Amino acid sequence: MQKEIIIAGFGGQGVLFAGQLLTYAAMDQGLQVTWIPSYGPEMRGGTANCTVVISDDEIGSPMVSRPTAVIAMNLPSLDKYEDKVKDGGVLVVNQSMVDREVKRTDIKVATVPANSIAEELGDKRMTNMVLLGALLANLDILPVEAVEKALRDHLPERHHKLLPMNKEAMQRGGTYVAAAISA
Amino acid sequence: MAKELMKGNVAIAEAAVRAGLNAYFGYPITPQTELLEYLSARMPELGRTFLQAESELGAVNMVYGAACTGARVMSSSSSPGTSLMMEGISYIAGTELPVVIVDVMRGGPGLGNIAPAQADYNQIVHGGGHGDYHPIVLAPANIQEAIDLTYGAFDLAEKYRSIVVILADGSLGQMMEPAELPEMKEAIMRTPDWATYGSAGRERRFLSSIYLDPPQQEKTNFRLERRWQEIKAKEVQYKEYFLDDAEYAVVGFGTSGRIALSAVRAARAKGIKIGLFRPVSLAPYPEKELYELSKRLKGLLVVEMNAGQMLEDVLNITRSQIPVEFYGRMGGILPMPEEIEAEIDRMVNESAASDGHPRDRWLARFGKMN
Repeated sequence: MQKEIIIAGFGGQGVLFAGQLLTYAAMDQGLQVTWIPSYGPEMRGGTANCTVVISDDEIGSPMVSRPTAVIAMNLPSLDKYEDKVKDGGVLVVNQSMVDREVKRTDIKVATVPANSIAEELGDKRMTNMVLLGALLANLDILPVEAVEKALRDHLPERHHKLLPMNKEAMQRGGTYVAAAISA
Repeated sequence: MAKELMKGNVAIAEAAVRAGLNAYFGYPITPQTELLEYLSARMPELGRTFLQAESELGAVNMVYGAACTGARVMSSSSSPGTSLMMEGISYIAGTELPVVIVDVMRGGPGLGNIAPAQADYNQIVHGGGHGDYHPIVLAPANIQEAIDLTYGAFDLAEKYRSIVVILADGSLGQMMEPAELPEMKEAIMRTPDWATYGSAGRERRFLSSIYLDPPQQEKTNFRLERRWQEIKAKEVQYKEYFLDDAEYAVVGFGTSGRIALSAVRAARAKGIKIGLFRPVSLAPYPEKELYELSKRLKGLLVVEMNAGQMLEDVLNITRSQIPVEFYGRMGGILPMPEEIEAEIDRMVNESAASDGHPRDRWLARFGKMN
């Protein structure tokens, strides 16, 4: 078993943290996992992405050209990664930041108004957690409880008052289950 | 001990701390800076020495001086910064001092960029500084290996009064992977019979790389070479994957080696009998092991993030016994597994080229891309 997830968006949307959370959860489940960010000057205000590879065997490349799943948090990320998702894979799109339909029909697509949901919850910083919840609902990789536990274990104590909101954000995202692939 | 999730640069830093690192001297440079940043907090917290020098030249010469006293010392940098350290590295080699240096390689030459590369293989493995000397060079491919090699590097350096270079690249420095940290040691200050830590009550000692009398210099050169022979005999490290029944193999180190593992697995899934030979010690290189392996293979594919630097060593070691092909990416670009897989397919399906140099054939295939 090996699954690769790319999370992409603007710097500041919580792209790297969402990836790290997945990585912690996979580690706590006893799985092999790698997390690699895009790094460099492009991260300041530009696009940011990270690749998470989860496997039950020694991981070779930490970078992939055809990921199992992608979370596209904005339009440039959708444009960049839509074609790259593996056939039968999962694409989670932040509808709030994207003004076009997804073209692919051979993958599972979950379109989530994540900014709006986060704002309804009272904190727009929850956008990444809403999308992470949607990913977990559509990709058989980790139980949502494992990510909740990772959040509790690895989030600094001073942020623990935000745990219930994070949990709710993931649950709200988790209701966006993609339709079965028809093609 | 439970596994922790760590960035490569931080993992190397903490492994050095746990190995009893007494003093660190460095100068920031991406993609290595987190190593220095981490130690800037961690070392003072333990009452140990952290010093950000005015430049890499300052840092390497502070390491030189501190190593004379018997302290466990380290510096770290990335390609252009390591170039600046070369004079000091040669002096350290000439003075026969145990020093650990971490080089997190980036795209070059010149200022280049901050993306991962392996283009300093020749510089580090085959010298860089002037004069006859051989550093021990270890190339981790994952974060656990980076920790283990760094932890062991100090013992190795002290055993042979040698420089040990941990040769990583930007992607290993920046990526995170769960790994287990070793046991914590107190800061180590040794008192070997050559160190200069105060001569009260005994004859004074003198440490230098100056031998103005050529026969004395040559005597030192012979001593270094004999020591290198011993290192070559005892300190070779490498990893093998799927080689038991292999007809072909990929040779790659560090990050390109681990990426090649994905390509090898994909090729195996298609029924190609291929394995991976990943040298961990680049100096001493696993020469005998690669030579023996090459005798039973139909072909080798060398993969690097440079224009074929280790390739020359592989050609030398395999002595034209079997066809060798080369695939490289440069300038801070990682080879993707699919690219390596395509090269494996080509090697297996096309009749082996018998003319020219593997680098020339690679350049003919890909040189027109840009």
